[in-house]
Amino acid sequence: MRVPLEWLHDYVDPAMDVQSLADRLALSGTAVERIEHHGVPSTDNFVVGRVLTRVKHPNADRLSLCTVDVGAGEPSQIVCGAPNVTAGLTVAVARPGAVLPDGSVLRSAKLRGLESQGMILSERELQISGEHNGIMVLGAGSGSGSEDGTGADAAGRSGALAPGTPLAQVLSIATDVLVLEITPNRPDCLGIYGVAREVAACTGAALKPPPWVDDPGSLGALSGIEIERTAPAMLCPRFTARIFEHVKVGESPLWLKARLMACGQRPVSNVVDITNYVMLATGQPMHAFDYDRVAGARLRVRTARAGEQVQTLDGQTRTLDEQMVVIEDADGPTSIAGVMGGARSEVHAGTTRVLSEAASWSGPNIQRTSLALALRSEASGRFEKGLQVEQTLRAQALTSRLMTRLCSASVRAGTLDIGGPGPAPRTIRLRDARTERLLGVTVPRARARRHLEAIGFTATDAPDGLDVSVPDFRRADVTREADLIEEVARLDGLERLPATLPSAGNHVGVLTALQRQRRRAVDALAAQGLLEVIGWSFTGPEQARKLRLLDAGSPVTLANPLSSEQSQLRTRLFGSLLDIAQRNRARGAGAIAIFESGAVYRSKFKPSPERLPQEPQHLAALLCGPLRAPSWREQSPPTHDFFSAKGVLDGLFAALGIRWELGQRGGRFLHPGRSVQVLVAGEPVGWVGELHPSVAAEWDFSDTLAGFEIELSALPLPAVPRYSEIGSFPAVREDLAVVVAEPVSAAQVLDVVRNAGSPLLAGADIFDVYRDSERLGQGVKSLALRLSYRAADRTLTDEEVAARRARITRALEQRLEGRVRTGESGAGAAPDAQRGEKGRDRE
Amino acid sequence: MTLAETITQLRAAGEAAIASAPTVAELERIRVELLGRRAELPNLLRGVAKLPPQERSAVGRAANEARRALEAQLEQRTAVLAGAELDARLERDRVDITLPGDPAPALGRLHLITQTRREIEDVFIGLGYRIAEGPEVETVYYNFDALNHEPTHPARAWTDTFYIADQVLLRTHTSPMQVRSMERQRPPIYIIVPGRVYRRDNDLTHTPQFHQIEGLAIDEQITLSDLKGTLLHFARAIFGEQREIRLRPHFFPFTEPSVEVDVSCFNCTAGTDANGERCSICKGTGWLEILGSGMVDPNVLAHVASNGYDPERVQGFAFGMGIERIAMLKHGISDLRLLYDNDLRFLEQF
Repeated sequence: MRVPLEWLHDYVDPAMDVQSLADRLALSGTAVERIEHHGVPSTDNFVVGRVLTRVKHPNADRLSLCTVDVGAGEPSQIVCGAPNVTAGLTVAVARPGAVLPDGSVLRSAKLRGLESQGMILSERELQISGEHNGIMVLGAGSGSGSEDGTGADAAGRSGALAPGTPLAQVLSIATDVLVLEITPNRPDCLGIYGVAREVAACTGAALKPPPWVDDPGSLGALSGIEIERTAPAMLCPRFTARIFEHVKVGESPLWLKARLMACGQRPVSNVVDITNYVMLATGQPMHAFDYDRVAGARLRVRTARAGEQVQTLDGQTRTLDEQMVVIEDADGPTSIAGVMGGARSEVHAGTTRVLSEAASWSGPNIQRTSLALALRSEASGRFEKGLQVEQTLRAQALTSRLMTRLCSASVRAGTLDIGGPGPAPRTIRLRDARTERLLGVTVPRARARRHLEAIGFTATDAPDGLDVSVPDFRRADVTREADLIEEVARLDGLERLPATLPSAGNHVGVLTALQRQRRRAVDALAAQGLLEVIGWSFTGPEQARKLRLLDAGSPVTLANPLSSEQSQLRTRLFGSLLDIAQRNRARGAGAIAIFESGAVYRSKFKPSPERLPQEPQHLAALLCGPLRAPSWREQSPPTHDFFSAKGVLDGLFAALGIRWELGQRGGRFLHPGRSVQVLVAGEPVGWVGELHPSVAAEWDFSDTLAGFEIELSALPLPAVPRYSEIGSFPAVREDLAVVVAEPVSAAQVLDVVRNAGSPLLAGADIFDVYRDSERLGQGVKSLALRLSYRAADRTLTDEEVAARRARITRALEQRLEGRVRTGESGAGAAPDAQRGEKGRDRE
Repeated sequence: MTLAETITQLRAAGEAAIASAPTVAELERIRVELLGRRAELPNLLRGVAKLPPQERSAVGRAANEARRALEAQLEQRTAVLAGAELDARLERDRVDITLPGDPAPALGRLHLITQTRREIEDVFIGLGYRIAEGPEVETVYYNFDALNHEPTHPARAWTDTFYIADQVLLRTHTSPMQVRSMERQRPPIYIIVPGRVYRRDNDLTHTPQFHQIEGLAIDEQITLSDLKGTLLHFARAIFGEQREIRLRPHFFPFTEPSVEVDVSCFNCTAGTDANGERCSICKGTGWLEILGSGMVDPNVLAHVASNGYDPERVQGFAFGMGIERIAMLKHGISDLRLLYDNDLRFLEQF
């Protein structure tokens, strides 16, 4: 909503600079998007001039050489290119030094060899209209007048157009424009007068009576037109019309054109301009028909037929549906109600009789129509906010005033009125106590009353507050006590409110166990050097194909996606990790260690309000490239693979205090020999492993991609850890090398060792895996284990340890056909018992 | 030469040799020579038993004394020489200390959105709020109807909101948890609701997915002034203790009165930055819009009136903010899309 201050000041003059006014409006609830300036940046050096002489420029056929009386001193010599310049005209002159709206500074210049001391201006050069075919001629009807006409026409004042008079005194050539963002609850502010009411209320300035108070027209029956409403009253609550005769179609006065331009509308002709002007002033859109082209002198408001076509003013043919409303005459539809008029009964240069329509339309239906036709207009934009029926007659009244004044028209007696006024004003009790309880501050009743009356409410005293009557233009917005309290609060000034806190007695803030677990999980991954990423919840069939997901896990599908690849919600996080890794690799990242924590979405059923999809929380990591940054001490660090991913997962589960186990091999998108299901409490909760190289290649990776994904919400909540005795007696450590057949897994070996070593065996770790077909034989491997024995109550003797070792050796032989190697050093270390905590470094 | 004289002589010669020995190795050689198995002094001691009884004690004492003195001197000299030799060896053992140290272990980080979310969560936990989370795939009822949105509210349009089915959508804000939470818990209720939300927008300043934090406080005496105090506390915790806030009346369907909240710009004084230029962060206004809020509309409470939320008896406020916006303001990020691009060089900065 654009509000030129020059126009606003007709209704209210708060006597403050534009920035202060904007601040006041913003802090009382009318958001100011920006402040613009319309017209010339400075009015200096713009004067009224009179052309004294005009001859053809000696060196150019299309230029004139004029002498122009600009008041003080000698007449100026001005070269002019306009065809209509002639001696005797009163014109607008920019003198050297004047700054034009585009910011350029006018200087004396030689044009085709002759000095030009300024410029005779066209309307376009002053942003009064788009007119640039000739210079602007000042005279009767022009000037800084306004709708009320009182002393406004410059020509009406003797000598006002005397040469040298500052142009700004006779014509609005510069104004600030407030560009407001009107919230959907305030359609009353879609007109300048509505904004003026807000300005008056928030600044305390006096509000002048509205421009529609003097109505040259009359109510009562209107002859000469028949109008029938067959559309449901809900869609067209009111339809009013008046008829104007002896209309002289022509140009609008400069002041009116300048205002339309400042509001962003191009002047067309006085009749059309008046309808636009009235809409801008009152918020109520108008339409003018050429009365003589209304076929059969009758109109019908009806719903459209499905597929019906109408040609609108912009020349387009529109296809309608049954919920849209059209206005038709005897020859068929002439306009789409509330959205756009038709070409057939448009006002034209020869029009002498005008039918003015001001109607109310259902906001939602106009919104729907406008959306369906992809056709928005100033009118539809206002109607869809929901205008009140009373506005129609106000608009008719202002139209009548301007038609009679600017088009020499006469108003035919009577007003056609279908629908009539709305319901009587609602009265709401505003309790003093309630205001105080909601705001936390007392607003004295008299002050509350003053605020409400300033915006058009009326109030009478009640025992516990005020009985407030709501004006029709706020009927939709203010229906309850809370709504009145908002009005009081905003006009009283929210800056008056103290900053207090709710009493803290009855509520404590704490994270749930689940929330703590999720924080701990992501912290554990960050602590291991991984960067958290946030991917899109959206995915699509192409990603599912690349991930070889046959059944993508019952994805949730969007009905109106932005694109096919954003048409589903993800059922796993790993896809977006791959996308992010790919992008980073393309930008040169060698090492990538990232993770994401977030929801995935699954639905076995078509989602409905009764059965929403499941949204389990997942945690996934992707690892690629070197484990550490290379350095001069380690030129080629090892790279991420299954075991580094498994190590990160171990770290995660250790932080969560959860034991996990290996399950079956992982999914189809994983390396079959280097991936495995992750089990917790015997149930699969995810996978860990390397990606299948063909899948990695889909994301342009030729090196190993490893990672895991687990369902965080399937994990048990962490138990409170219990202290276990550290023990003060020293451990005995020894290394053991055992040769087993290839298929025997490390886990099997450890399992046998731990069982046989229990309870004295406190730890068993594999620290080397060694293969040597010559020394060990084909199809076998040697695992080096580091064992530690400990008792809580004594120092172990060599004999005790030896006995335990013998049990372990026997168990390995019997259960796994393993062989414990002796007497060799190196990767297959021989038994080498050492006493004490010192341990033994690996050789 | 008497035995006593021999002992004295041996001791003197030994002392001289020890004192002049240049290295630890030479000292060791001297030790063997003086005190070793075949040396004279120990032999004398071993021979004491053969001496006449009246001589034994004097000779034994003298020999013992001489041995102890030599041992002590050896030990002391060895320590001195060994220290000097170690120093000399360390002097030669110099590294190029200008070579780089080993690369630091990679420092993992939480995404800036997570960090910001946590920072905000912790402020409100401190104020006594709990964290509630709700479904992202939501019903039209909780997302719009229960929040007092007109049936024709433009946000409901398929052009603006992602739909899954007729009455099922991707939530457009975290506000649906207002009514969901009030259905589950009788008043008082103090919660914040962080989470992902979705709008059908994709351009320079909008991503189809973003994050919000909703706040809801319902009790018997919560006022608009309490909202102001709470948000002032929040703004200062996040943006610095010098911040002020201002409330601007606004319109939201589910609050009445509704206010937008601005925080005073942390980059400038009333719109002018330290260099005297128009502040680029607040565009010279001195204020940054950070969230929308208001007193919960009685129509919203009416949906849960049977669970203790009688609008005549309880009241409260709600607010909602975009986590991305807070993070961008605080860290000077000009392009929203950086947060979803996940460039490692971006992630490593926070």
